[in-house]
Amino acid sequence: MLEVAVRKRRNGFELDAAFGIPGPGVVALFGRSGCGKTTLVDVLAGLLEPDAGTIRLSETTLVDTARRISVPAERRRIGYVFQDARLFPHLNVQGNLRYGLRRAEISNAGIAFDEVVALLGLEALLGRRPNQLSGGERQRVAIGRALLAQPRLLLLDEPLASLDAARRDEVLPYLERLHDNFAVPIVYVSHQFDEVLRLATHVVLMEQGKVLACGELAAVSLDPALRSIVGPDAIGAVLDGEIIGHEVESGLTLLRLGSSTLRIAAEFAPRSRVRVRLLARDLILAVEEPRGLSVRNALPATVLSVEPDDRHADLVHLDIGGPRLVARVTRAATRELGLKPGHPVRVLVKSVSIRGQSILSREHSA
Amino acid sequence: MDFLSDVEWAALRLSLSVAGRSVLFSLPVATLIAWLLTRRRFVGRSVLDAFVHLPLVLPPVVVGYLLLVLFGTRGPIGGWLDRQFDIQLIFTSAGAALATAVMSFPLMVRAIRISLEAVDRRLEEAARTLGAGPVDRFVSITLPLMLPGVLAGAVTAFAAGLGEFGAVITFVSNIPGETRTLPLALYTAIQSPGGDELAARLAVMSFLLGLGGLLLSEWLARRLRRYLGH
Repeated sequence: MLEVAVRKRRNGFELDAAFGIPGPGVVALFGRSGCGKTTLVDVLAGLLEPDAGTIRLSETTLVDTARRISVPAERRRIGYVFQDARLFPHLNVQGNLRYGLRRAEISNAGIAFDEVVALLGLEALLGRRPNQLSGGERQRVAIGRALLAQPRLLLLDEPLASLDAARRDEVLPYLERLHDNFAVPIVYVSHQFDEVLRLATHVVLMEQGKVLACGELAAVSLDPALRSIVGPDAIGAVLDGEIIGHEVESGLTLLRLGSSTLRIAAEFAPRSRVRVRLLARDLILAVEEPRGLSVRNALPATVLSVEPDDRHADLVHLDIGGPRLVARVTRAATRELGLKPGHPVRVLVKSVSIRGQSILSREHSA
Repeated sequence: MDFLSDVEWAALRLSLSVAGRSVLFSLPVATLIAWLLTRRRFVGRSVLDAFVHLPLVLPPVVVGYLLLVLFGTRGPIGGWLDRQFDIQLIFTSAGAALATAVMSFPLMVRAIRISLEAVDRRLEEAARTLGAGPVDRFVSITLPLMLPGVLAGAVTAFAAGLGEFGAVITFVSNIPGETRTLPLALYTAIQSPGGDELAARLAVMSFLLGLGGLLLSEWLARRLRRYLGH
């Protein structure tokens, strides 16, 4: 769907990024501040010309420097929500929202004005000027304005960065609904891993202008490259599952992950989709049925591979009947348990270690 | 209008018309030049910049003389206008408007430039991603945002244009009803025996017009800025 390979040198900084995203979804461009994320989205939007490279979106070539192709930004139909909203001060909210809609060369708009206004909760704001809006309201208007231009791709450059925690929580649910309600692929720039966990289906991991890893969130979340950005304990499976009920006697919630069922200590409505993060350091492996333990989850699993992580520990990749997990265990333990690819094991997960904030609920996932 | 004599009334009307036409003529040109000087990098930019500001430092009589040389019926531009379109600028109120426009041009370019520099270019980028081409962006974003400065500049240029003397009298002479604007009428009154009272009245009129223009320009700019949400 989106294929990018670009180089851009600017003020002594070099961006050299190549990645591809197969289907529609929410792609998180994730990396520390100053790693070139904004430069990359500016290049995607057409506000910056790359020194060399190609950009293809669906079947269209937007940039191909070798063939001297560069579609101007105004004809790319790529929506851009800037960090600082950039609403037009001389137009009211309605005028801002209609700015791109009026210019979209489409006779019957796929994304309708009323629908966007309702989704983003903008009804009461339509007559206001941008200087009469709060930061969160401004970002919501900016998102609506970009959506109504009927984009083929929507770029969100840290839309929450300029907001305080309360405003952030106000805007996040709207962002989650975006992808569920409109069939527009989204590139979401962020340096906050919890935002990535809540929103992304795919992740492009960036460091110093380079792409370290790229793929589905579930795969990138197991990639050791994540550590250099998020921290030493960052590795851990991110899995989407479905709530299948509650256990009456324990009060725990049952989450189906592939063919396994996980008990979690958090409240969710039955049938809702839930995303959990199982950190590698939180998992315990057992080679036989454990007894007399406080742990509520002992998932049957098969060892896929064992690879050295550092001097003392190994990363053990596991299959729990579809979804994959990774556990970090000491080398002494791998040796003692004789963990080899193909071996059956039990994965022990504390119900209470699956924290509320690492769980995402959404109506359906891509 | 009983409190103005025919002579005063004619001079006032002529001044208003000359200043008005000069502003109408120079506004689009000044906007274009200001845009070039602010947004474009090209060879000879600083020369153009200096050239635009020349009327500020040249004696007005020199400007009038240059206009005579260029726009006189035997001048390169004036001759062409005469032959092709039967337009004569010399000794006409249209010529007075041209001389006034040239003299107030630096003021206008300055005002427009300052307001153009204050326009946030990131807003134009945002407009770009929403599908607006270059002309569309200028009309829908840049122009409305620089409007306070442009209008203030226009009003100031208009007020200054009411009183343009040296360039006008040199280029189009001092013809009653055609080129005798307020300052020229005032000058004539001072030169005439017994013209003291008329001179004083004309001076007061000029003073009030200038003051009114400046106040109006400030008020307009303030209102527009509030309207634009600054």
